This record gives sequence, structure tokens and C-alpha cells, in this order.
Amino acid sequence: MVENKREKSLKTVVTFSTMADAMQMESEAAEKGFPGRIIPVPSEISAGCGLAWRVDERERQALLNAIRIFTLPYEGIFEIEMY
Amino acid sequence: MIYFDNAATTMMKPPEVAEAVAAAIGSFGGVGRGAHDAALEADMAVYRCRGQVARLLGGPDAKHVAFASNATEALNIVICGLLHAGDHAITTAASHNSVLRPLFRKQDEEGVELSVLPVAPDACIDYDAFDALFQPNTRLAVFTHASNLTGDVYDIARLAAIAHAHGALVAVDTAQTAGLIPIDMAAQGLDVVAFTGHKSLYGPQGTGGLCLAESVDIPAFKVGGSGTHSYDRHHPDFMPEHLEAGTLNAHGIAGLSAGLSYIERTGIDAIRARTQELAARFEEGVRGLPGVTLYGGHADIDRCGIVALNIGDVDSAAVSDALSVHYGICVRAGAHCAPLMHEALGTSRQGAVRFSFSHFNTDDEIERGIEAVSDLAHEFEGD
Repeated sequence: MVENKREKSLKTVVTFSTMADAMQMESEAAEKGFPGRIIPVPSEISAGCGLAWRVDERERQALLNAIRIFTLPYEGIFEIEMY
Repeated sequence: MIYFDNAATTMMKPPEVAEAVAAAIGSFGGVGRGAHDAALEADMAVYRCRGQVARLLGGPDAKHVAFASNATEALNIVICGLLHAGDHAITTAASHNSVLRPLFRKQDEEGVELSVLPVAPDACIDYDAFDALFQPNTRLAVFTHASNLTGDVYDIARLAAIAHAHGALVAVDTAQTAGLIPIDMAAQGLDVVAFTGHKSLYGPQGTGGLCLAESVDIPAFKVGGSGTHSYDRHHPDFMPEHLEAGTLNAHGIAGLSAGLSYIERTGIDAIRARTQELAARFEEGVRGLPGVTLYGGHADIDRCGIVALNIGDVDSAAVSDALSVHYGICVRAGAHCAPLMHEALGTSRQGAVRFSFSHFNTDDEIERGIEAVSDLAHEFEGD
């Protein structure tokens, strides 16, 4: 019996055109300490590469700041209700 | 064993290369094939290595480095992708078959025009003669950075400037030089650099690839699984996936990355200086021995740690075999996949005995190599 049921919440998802762009995000995040992690691209997004970057909604602004400050390449930014 | 066959494959690698491959085999998932930890570890290792290659070669960035199984495959990607009927290409007689055979196939099967810059009997090339080979339809100049037979290093910046003045693209085979001789695509004006991992980058066999300038677009050589854009009918058109298909050799690339880290830490200038010092000492030691003929190395020509020689008219295979069996010395004999270079040097029948050094070789090994050649020169004297 599962006691803790998973629930959806609003997330910010960044998609990439290429794997190299996704790896650049992963590398820069590890080095500079901004939030988020790699996930498989959710099926409702028609995205380039198979990887995306996800943060909780409360971390959205910090991520957007990092993308702007470090001029990180991305394809799109989405708000999605997801697990 | 004394290993003097580093121009074929460097056998003495920094220990971290094998450690990186072993660790990768035990921890990597499919590169580009998932978002779980094992796949991401492989992804990050490959991405890191792309960046290292770009820095080493003075290329734009990680996205402009595509991996292949070796320089030969990389050169096939370039030559097959860029040349078509009606085009003209230029190479030099110093080229390896990795350049020549794809060009000859284009010439024979598609009617691509080809001009080959001769190499003089003293192993030098004439840069003015290179300039004179260009035609209005010259699409590509593809040449080796260094002869894999003589070790002579050519002035690729000068060759590139000539080619660009005629509007041609420039592709360079750096199989013998990457990791040993400084290369700067931006400063030297190179459009495409093909490299191999298993020589002076200290990686495993089965690694290599291409670094492209930002303005260069090469049609995909092979298409198929890319890990992304799975519902697209055609292969991705962005680099580096555009020139890669199927799961990469990430285990090997992890080793290549470790080799590149070693070069970054040690310094290419230090590696080059030590390699050239050992090669020069050997060359001086065997110069003047009875019947010994040395090839290349004239005037102001730079070298990449290779000394090629023959003893009298003795078959290079016999000399190589004697070195192996009686002295435990590993060298390469024969044609070295450089048929036009042997024609130029007059060694097509005899071949040549190629000693190729690494900075991991020792002074003692060099002395033992000289003694072995001296012994054989006297034993074969008069032959």
C-alpha cells in the first residue's frame, strides 16, 4: 500500500536544441550553483533534444537570472504542471 | 621491450587513461540516451571531452567537435561530404591513404578533379607550386600537418592562406601532430581539423573526430539513432549530432579525455620539446653509420618525433624484424600507408624503417636504439 501519493505542482522547464546545450547547463549549474536538474523532456513539450532542465516554481527567477547572466543557450521555457 | 612505434599508436599512456576507461565501463549508461544518472555521467564526460578538444585545437567550442572512430573516418566525412562532380580538390604527396583513398574514390567514381602537390626527393614541398594548382572550381584543399613517414611538419598556416585566397576550404589531417605540435584553427585559418585519439592524445584506439570552424557545414556522412528528435524523418542538422549517429564510444572518449587532461597539465610545449630532443639525439646517433640513409628533416622544417631510415638496400621489413627479434625494439617497416611519399623519396620497393618517439621514452632507450642500428648497419654493410 502506497501511503504518500504523488501530486503535480507547477514547474519551470527549460528545453534545449542540442545535447551540448543541455550539458552546458548541467556543467554551469554545478560550477556556479544555480538551481535545477536534468530531466527527460515531458511529452507535452515538442522539444529538440531529449533532455530538459527543471526547477520548482519558487526557483524560477533564480534560474532565469542565471540563464541571462551566463548567456546559457536554450530552446524554450515552459510552465508545466507535473509530478 | 623498447617501443618506438608511437606514430602508429602510443603504447605508453598516462595511467589515468586506462583508469578512466575502466571506471567508465563500470558506470556509464547510454550517452545521449536518457536523463538518469548513468546516462548523464556519460553525457557529461563526452561534453567535457569535446571542450578539451576544442581548446587544444583552437576551435570555436564544444559544439563544433564531432567524434568519429579515428582520423580516417573523420577525413571520409569531410571528403565525401564536401566534394562532388564538378569540384576540384588539392592535396599533397605527403598525404596518408586516409586522405588519398577517399580522394581517389571521388576521382574515379564521381569525376572529381584532383591535383597532388609533389614532394621533392629531399622531402620538401614547394609552396609556390601549391598556389599554382588552384582552379576556379577548387572546393577543398586537404593535406596532412606532418608526414607520417618522415615526421616533417608543414606550414599549414601558409598553405591555408593560399587556399583561402582562392576561395577554397581547408581541411587538415593532424593524426601525427595533435597533442604534440601546437594547432590553432583560428590563428592558422583552418576550416576543418581531423584528429585521432590513439596517438599523441594518449586515448584508446577507436577515438578521434573533427573540429569545425563556425562557418563550415558538412553534410551528414551517416544517419540513424541520435537519441533526440526521434520523430523527425531526417537526422539532426545541428552540430555535433549532425556528424554523429549511433551510440558514441563514450568509454573510449572518457580515456581520451584523461589523455587530454594529461596534456593540459604537462603542457604541449614540454611534451614537444622532450619528444624532439629524443628524436634528434637518435638521429644524430645513427647519422653517418655505414649505409644508413635518413629521410626528411631538411632546412628549417619542424619535426614531430619521427626518424625514418634505411640501411643500404636491405628490405626495411628485414631490418624491422631484426630489431624486434634480437633487440626487442618495436618500429614500423614498409609503406606506412603513404604511397606517394615513398614514390617521392624513391623508397617504394624498399619501404623505410620508421622510428617514432614519445616523451615517455628514456635516454637509455635511445642509446640502445642507436646501438642496435649501429650493429645492424655493420652486419648489413655492403648489402
